Amino acid sequence: MQIYLPIADLPVNIFLILGMGLAVGFISGMFGIGGGFLMTPLLIFLGVSPAVAVATVSSHIAASSCSGAISYWRRRTIDVPLAGLLLAGGIAGTASGVWLFTTLRSIGQLDITIGLSYVLLLGIVGGLMVIESVRAIMRARRGKPIELRRPGSHTWIHGLPFKLRFKRSGIYVSAVPVLGIGYIIGFVGAVMGIGGGFLLVPMLIYILRVPTQTVIGTSMVLTLVTMASATVMHAATNHLVDAVLAMFLMVGGVVGAQFGARAGQRISGERLRLLLGLLVLAVGIRFGLDLTLPPENLFTLRPLEAG
Amino acid sequence: MIRPACLILLAAGGITGAAPPAAAERLVTSLSEHRVMVTSSFNGSEVVLFGGIERDTGALPLRGNYDIAVTVIGPRQTVVTFRKERVLGIWLNYESRVFENAPSYLAVLTNRPLEAITNADTLRRLQLGLDNIALPQRLDHAPADDVPGETFRKAFLTLKDEHGLYRQESNGVTFLTPALFRASIALPAEVPTGTYEIEVKLFMDGMLIARTPSALEIYKAGFEQFVSSSAQNHGVLYGLAAALMAILTGWFASVVFRRD
Repeated sequence: MQIYLPIADLPVNIFLILGMGLAVGFISGMFGIGGGFLMTPLLIFLGVSPAVAVATVSSHIAASSCSGAISYWRRRTIDVPLAGLLLAGGIAGTASGVWLFTTLRSIGQLDITIGLSYVLLLGIVGGLMVIESVRAIMRARRGKPIELRRPGSHTWIHGLPFKLRFKRSGIYVSAVPVLGIGYIIGFVGAVMGIGGGFLLVPMLIYILRVPTQTVIGTSMVLTLVTMASATVMHAATNHLVDAVLAMFLMVGGVVGAQFGARAGQRISGERLRLLLGLLVLAVGIRFGLDLTLPPENLFTLRPLEAG
Repeated sequence: MIRPACLILLAAGGITGAAPPAAAERLVTSLSEHRVMVTSSFNGSEVVLFGGIERDTGALPLRGNYDIAVTVIGPRQTVVTFRKERVLGIWLNYESRVFENAPSYLAVLTNRPLEAITNADTLRRLQLGLDNIALPQRLDHAPADDVPGETFRKAFLTLKDEHGLYRQESNGVTFLTPALFRASIALPAEVPTGTYEIEVKLFMDGMLIARTPSALEIYKAGFEQFVSSSAQNHGVLYGLAAALMAILTGWFASVVFRRD
């Protein structure tokens, strides 16, 4: 069954879109991430222009992180003050990201920037995750305990001023890196159409030493608010959010996420991180090939007026 | 949204005054649809144009060697064509050309190949056919030459053709009787909305003897229209609604799938 998308200006199969939402939702529920880094490339592959894909996916991620955040809220595993501070940085980051997005679009270098950032970011993060999780699995095989949090070890981050105490997470850190992390996530999210969960979770764990109990819930709250505001900002400045496309993605996404979350509980943490790392790396490599292999068609057309 | 003015032209049937004195042929045309609605189930469409050739005096019988060329031009759009080049091992948009007010859709339908209908000079003068249509270009704010074999022009035409937006069909017009013809105008799903100008040209022995204008309108309707106009005119409200929809969907899912 075909439906015509009013903003993307092309007809798509409803079941294909719902299926994509389900599949990406399943993965996002399984790993506790937004799944934007998978959904945006998939939409571009379908023929949706990168600009519309990025803008629309932000609303899809807002929906899936909302259902996640609510269930973590019920379990009381959200550190509200920490999320609030991350958000302050996140909104500033989103605003500058949307500004950069608009500028790059007007000079015709948006696609290449999205492509390059995907390669760099996904390549590095995916690579690190694979290495780290393989090490953890090997350690576990040798029978040593796995330790993510090393309470005693302090880095230069912990020497920064404006220290605050976050009770629920049980950490005492400076506000500077918290705001900085929020800013980076908001910025990257708006430019690349990703929620940034797969970046945020490791940053919170390794840089701020946030314990695993509160890390996912808190990151979901941040994702929810940055993506909801990215939706509004993209709609206000670029008029590119396709509500019809977003709706079908959301419905598929939230349902898929529930099943994914159940499946994820049956796999051990390190295996899960290894799988996610491989997935992230694969998407990064795919983008890398697109940029370096000679393109099928050297020419592209783009209307000069917005839309 | 409704622009009936352009359709009245059609109803009038259009009579040409520019015909050479020797010929007294008139063209009468009609479209199967004057307005094409783009709704949520839109997946391309086809509009059929019917036309008849009439002779003024009726003293002489109709001559048989007529040729018809139908040109359909969609709303004009300024488009940038980028060419990728390898820079430091990466393919990126390097050079670009701006095509000013190029037709977003262009169909040239004839009953036989254009070259067989009339000579190259006439085709060029009438800008008839994909090879002859003028595509003004600009390079860094300075006008650039519109040379027929130029790579950017060729790439532009190829890309438009791949999307089904530019088409030239030498069998697009069928004569039902020596004086009655039909042409089907294929509109792919990607057609932009707006007014489409149609011109039917009648040739006899390589000479243009009559032409008649017509128009077609493609417009978004119902829900599609509502969504795209609110996105365009009420960006902030639209964004807030989209964000709210996301939050409600998420909340709804968490209620439905609640396990405790």
